[in-house]
Amino acid sequence: MANVEKDALTGTETTGHSWDGIQELNTPLPKWWLYTFYACIIWAVGYWVVYPAWPSLSDYTKGVIGYSSRAEHAKEMEAVKASRSEWLGKFEEANVSDIVKDSQLLNYAMAGGRALFNENCAPCHGAGGQGAPGFPVLADDDWLWGGTLESIEQSVRFGIRSGHEEERVNEMPKYGVDGLITKEEMAAVADYVIGGLQGDGAGKTVFAEQCAACHGEDGHGLPEMGGPNLSDGIWLFGAGKDAVLAQLNSPKHGVMPAWQGRLDDVSIKQVSIYVHSLGGGQ
Amino acid sequence: MNQATALGTNPGAVAYNEEIVKKFVVAATFWGVIGFIAGVFIAFQLAYPVLNLGLEWTTFGRLRPVHTSAVIFAFGGNIMLGTSFYVVQRTCRVPLFGGPMLANIVFWGYQLVIVLAALGYVLGITQGKEYAEPEWYVDIILTIVWVLYLVAFAGTLIIRKESHIYVANWFYLAFILTVAVLHIGNGLAVPVSLTGAKSYTVASGVQDAMTQWWYGHNAVGFFLTAGFLGLMYYFVPKQAERPVYSYRLSIVHFWTLIFLYIWAGPHHLHYTALPDWAQTLGMTFSIMLWMPSWGGMINGIMTLSGAWDKLRTDPVLRFLVAAIAFYGMSTFEGPAMSIKAVNSLSHYTDWTVGHVHSGALGWVAFVSFGALYFLVPRLWNRQRLYSLRMVTWHFWIATLGIVLYITSMWISGIMQGLMWRAYDSLGFLQYSFIESVEAMHPYYVIRGSGGVLFLIGALIMVYNFIKTIKGEIRSEPAYEQAPHAASAS
Repeated sequence: MANVEKDALTGTETTGHSWDGIQELNTPLPKWWLYTFYACIIWAVGYWVVYPAWPSLSDYTKGVIGYSSRAEHAKEMEAVKASRSEWLGKFEEANVSDIVKDSQLLNYAMAGGRALFNENCAPCHGAGGQGAPGFPVLADDDWLWGGTLESIEQSVRFGIRSGHEEERVNEMPKYGVDGLITKEEMAAVADYVIGGLQGDGAGKTVFAEQCAACHGEDGHGLPEMGGPNLSDGIWLFGAGKDAVLAQLNSPKHGVMPAWQGRLDDVSIKQVSIYVHSLGGGQ
Repeated sequence: MNQATALGTNPGAVAYNEEIVKKFVVAATFWGVIGFIAGVFIAFQLAYPVLNLGLEWTTFGRLRPVHTSAVIFAFGGNIMLGTSFYVVQRTCRVPLFGGPMLANIVFWGYQLVIVLAALGYVLGITQGKEYAEPEWYVDIILTIVWVLYLVAFAGTLIIRKESHIYVANWFYLAFILTVAVLHIGNGLAVPVSLTGAKSYTVASGVQDAMTQWWYGHNAVGFFLTAGFLGLMYYFVPKQAERPVYSYRLSIVHFWTLIFLYIWAGPHHLHYTALPDWAQTLGMTFSIMLWMPSWGGMINGIMTLSGAWDKLRTDPVLRFLVAAIAFYGMSTFEGPAMSIKAVNSLSHYTDWTVGHVHSGALGWVAFVSFGALYFLVPRLWNRQRLYSLRMVTWHFWIATLGIVLYITSMWISGIMQGLMWRAYDSLGFLQYSFIESVEAMHPYYVIRGSGGVLFLIGALIMVYNFIKTIKGEIRSEPAYEQAPHAASAS
């Protein structure tokens, strides 16, 4: 049985067992350890009394202060709403053109618009509206669907090819895939377009027949139809002849969701004003 | 100890199965390096997304489970299986139950599970449950392997020649049993077809989330805590050549730890759809868990009373003791982070990642390195390790790596939390999510550098092992015993 010894270094007795040469001392539980453990248990029991804690089959103990994280959250949201209500009222009544004339409202719209833009728009349009291939730059004065406050608000509200009833939509024909013009004509018009829309060759003829209706006689774009400006050196789907040919052959079309329903009315106004301010608002 | 005799000498002449332990030691070392490389790589992927390489197989989302599974289940798991087989034989004074055959099936079965799981992750086959990503077919193989492991371990306990079961074995047994229950409970799923990989878990919604974190938290609790405490209870007193500090503390902290840990999972789901009462229980049990966790730390550290001087001359012991210190730190940090007010800041941030790694690198890996350095010369019957000085280099390089890792993640995590909750004077969010991501970049670089140091340390260890196994001894100045070293006279 147990062969209790005294450990020479600490003076504590062992339990008298040995496993592969390992012995154990019979040191009592450290007092500070034990009392801290008790204190944690007492604190836990106290917490159970105060807060929702123990479940039964169909219910749970509610706690004496009636805490509920859901109610707490609703309360906080109410407080936020209340603090904004004065502003919200003004925004609801005014349209975007009126808002920008009131410096206080404009200031508020810019702060809200910046936060909204960074969370909702920046993933595609980039921080500060710097754009990305296929996603238009919002910080320049090249506007596919118009750069006035009202045009921007409409784009934001109803989206581009979003499926919303009032979406902005157009579609460039698949000139190559559908065989609408010949390969030679495609090459000619591509040369004409990347060459700055100059000269009198075959390209100009094809442009006038096929492209001018949407991109304008001079190729400066028709924002009311969403026809991009082809003369400003800004290319949504890439610069150069290959990119233009690819777009002629089988055009890509960007999609932007309708934010009505995702953002409330006031937020849409704010973010539109913010976008308008980014660089090129008309 | 007579320096001329090899360390593996077995005076009792019981025919212990050490071949199987060797296999686990090699496997653990191999998978450890793989896991550390994967960790370093994905750490730099976060800093430099171009490292995703534009290939689906090498994206962060697929490689992250490769890293976590490699370090927890492949490195940690092989350490656990190997050391438990070593410890249970010697503390029961009998060879392994079931013979070499059973042990070999467990070994190769376990490696098969690791490889199948990793292949699945890279190919996009996953249950999507953190730390339980393998699909149903891997889960079933693991269940069989695990039950065989239990048979070998528990069988050895049953046929033991010692009257009492040593404390290390309580922890190992708790680890094996609980991991079985957790694995089966969380793995319950219905395969879409018997020939396809896809399955759907039985629970859904918040019940599924709760099941997952009951599993996830106790994977930490019983795999990475209880299991490795078992390891500590053998290797620390052996390496320090001192008796365990307190038998009573070992009993009390064992049972309190086992009882309390299993409740703490809901603290992973604070401020979610999980009912308030469950969040309360998760948090309060986590707080009550603080002292039971620290019981292991006290018993580990205080086992050195009377032998503190050995820390200056024994770098292997230094690994073991530093591990216990990191254990103490992260088992304090854990309960603190489970408090809802703290959690509202820390949750979903890098602070959590830093916390996990102070436990994983500081505790689990360090205590494992200590055990490996103890085992290799003994298993291969060598006089000593090839180089003790290189153990010291490993120790300091890895420690520096951990410090860089956890401090950068503290700063980054708290910064993230504060940025997410910052409002401007008009009540709008001050920062967008992407701005918080940009702000984290320098800390991600520091974290990755810490990982590189940790990996370098591990490679030094591998070199040391290869030389040791070859039987070489590096000519280097020995660590001098301090003149005032306490003696047992």
